[in-house]
Amino acid sequence: MPKRAAAALVAGAMVTVLTACGSGGGGGSADKGAGHKLVVGFSQVGAESGWRTANTKSVQESAKKAGIELKFSDAQQKQENQIKAIRSFIQQKVDVIAFSPVVESGWDTVLKEAKDARIPVILTDRAVDSKDDSLYVSFLGSDFVEEGKKAGDWLVKEYQGKSDEVNIVELQGTTGSAPANDRKAGFGDVIKAEAKFKVVASQTGDFTRAKGKEVMQAFLKAQPKIDVLYAHNDDMALGAIQAIEEAGKKPGSDIRIISVDGVKDAFTAMSQGKINVDVECNPLLGDQLMDLVKKVKAGEQVPKRIKTEEGVFTQDQAAAALPTRQY
Amino acid sequence: MTTASTTARAKALTRYRLFWPAVVLAVLLLANLAFTSDFFAVHIKDGHLYGSTVDILHFGAPLILVSLGMTLVIATGGIDLSVGSTVAIAGALACLHISEAADPASPGTVFGAIGIALGTAVLLGVANGVLVARLGVQPIIATLILMVAGRGVAQLITDGQIITVTSEPYKLIGGGYWLAMPFAILLSGLVALLTALLTRSTALGLLLESVGGNPVASRLVGIRAMRLVGLVYVFSALCAAVAGLMVSSNVSAADGNNAGLWIELDAILAVVIGGTSLNGGRFSIGGTVLGALIIQTLSTTVYTIGIPPETTLVFKAFVVITVCLIQSPNFRAEVARRGAGRRSVDRPRPATTTNREVGA
Repeated sequence: MPKRAAAALVAGAMVTVLTACGSGGGGGSADKGAGHKLVVGFSQVGAESGWRTANTKSVQESAKKAGIELKFSDAQQKQENQIKAIRSFIQQKVDVIAFSPVVESGWDTVLKEAKDARIPVILTDRAVDSKDDSLYVSFLGSDFVEEGKKAGDWLVKEYQGKSDEVNIVELQGTTGSAPANDRKAGFGDVIKAEAKFKVVASQTGDFTRAKGKEVMQAFLKAQPKIDVLYAHNDDMALGAIQAIEEAGKKPGSDIRIISVDGVKDAFTAMSQGKINVDVECNPLLGDQLMDLVKKVKAGEQVPKRIKTEEGVFTQDQAAAALPTRQY
Repeated sequence: MTTASTTARAKALTRYRLFWPAVVLAVLLLANLAFTSDFFAVHIKDGHLYGSTVDILHFGAPLILVSLGMTLVIATGGIDLSVGSTVAIAGALACLHISEAADPASPGTVFGAIGIALGTAVLLGVANGVLVARLGVQPIIATLILMVAGRGVAQLITDGQIITVTSEPYKLIGGGYWLAMPFAILLSGLVALLTALLTRSTALGLLLESVGGNPVASRLVGIRAMRLVGLVYVFSALCAAVAGLMVSSNVSAADGNNAGLWIELDAILAVVIGGTSLNGGRFSIGGTVLGALIIQTLSTTVYTIGIPPETTLVFKAFVVITVCLIQSPNFRAEVARRGAGRRSVDRPRPATTTNREVGA
């Protein structure tokens, strides 16, 4: 058996290496002749979700709109691909490098190379874990704690002036992931101010519909009274809605639902009154990124941390936004 | 009735193969009762059965199916790691077909979707079977290929997105009700029953165990091992595909990234808990069903008694270790010996052979 396991590991590693091939750097040579067109090298994590795809599209379209030449590279979830891509951006002498780090650590060397080549680096969507914060000029992305707080704020306002106990169940994201930890913390911070809010059950739904449904079904049976569901993402909320309906209750009125993300399917559910409020986690940061690139290149001082513009959607707003929702 | 005959009966009962898995399942269910007083309550809601035990069967249905296929594969001494990917591919293909159809709710569309999914599953199973049986590739490697690549195929089919479908007939498979029962439970039960009949009322089960126990001897007595082994991989893929239809139908969506993720490990665990030997040559359909139900009950228990997500895995590991230890004759003998020793009934025990359960 150990022999078999070892063989399995080797085969697994081989497959990984094979799939890692075929994703080079940005490609093409930097043509910086006519009119000093800005060139940005952008290294994306991959295309693992609809959210990410919308993020990529947004960056590409905004670059075109802003008249910036974009060198795009897909890292297929691998750090070594991203490092390769950044090195090739440095060789091509792009004006600005932007990237969404696959993982948090291990970036110091390659970022140092960029710094030595005097190319400013902007982080998007995800942060890096480095002691030396002079290695990048700014981090543009969502603030997950803030998203949790917004969810909590809505709840506090909704139950203002009522003194009855409010029983809340929470569907957490993947255990240990940054959005799950932060959305839980932000929400908890806001609601702990009032004693009437009680989180009676909190389990992970792994950010998926199937798990969201399964866990919610168990909650519905184990908890005698549930007033509010707080789901860390829309997929889990959509799964939970099915569970609530099968239990003969009305999602949105019998059990109020707070969700995070703001994807199209959730907006459809909101327009049917099944989700009460959705805190946006915006992938469309292209325009903000291109503004930032121009400012950085013009030598302006930019803040180290820029939060993406994110709203909170109520049912009416969601119904209005539904036809133009891109993801 | 004398005490002696009662103990003799109890001993005979504990020796029954499904006794210990059944005890574990019962203990887990009773543990829930301590936290939720109406845990076993089943009532009719909106014309269908509603209750925690129904949920366990309902969500356990896909795992039961996958585990059934896995049982026969393991009985031949193999293993099938690709079932999780097959679950994802089947769900993705079916949902894609339905979402692109002109009339998603027509039975024709749904049967088409099921046909595409099952047809593809047969191809995947044949691929595994050829690699293992004809080309002699180690099963763990042969199926690992599809496990890794298949997940990517599913993502390609769904384009990395979640495909949402609205089709009432399709919803029946995994999320619908028939005769007040969740259809998924009936379907899994039917497949389990057919498998049990097919393997135990015919010589098929014996042949499988023979091939798993000693492939060379089996070939020499004239069993067509190659065809048989190939066939179990096709069966396993078909079971996984039906499970994939169930999973996607239950939430009316296909998720190429997450559907059936790690289900192969749960299935192997269910098979082992059920008393099937990983070395091949011995299997138990009833044990596998019990094993799958134990795993699903464990998940439900975690949600019901509110174990924090950070400690869930440790809790599950603890239960699984306990289950495995209880089932080990060596461990039970050791515990019995120590218990007897403490009561100072110090008599030497003869060395017992533990491998007395050979074959069927």
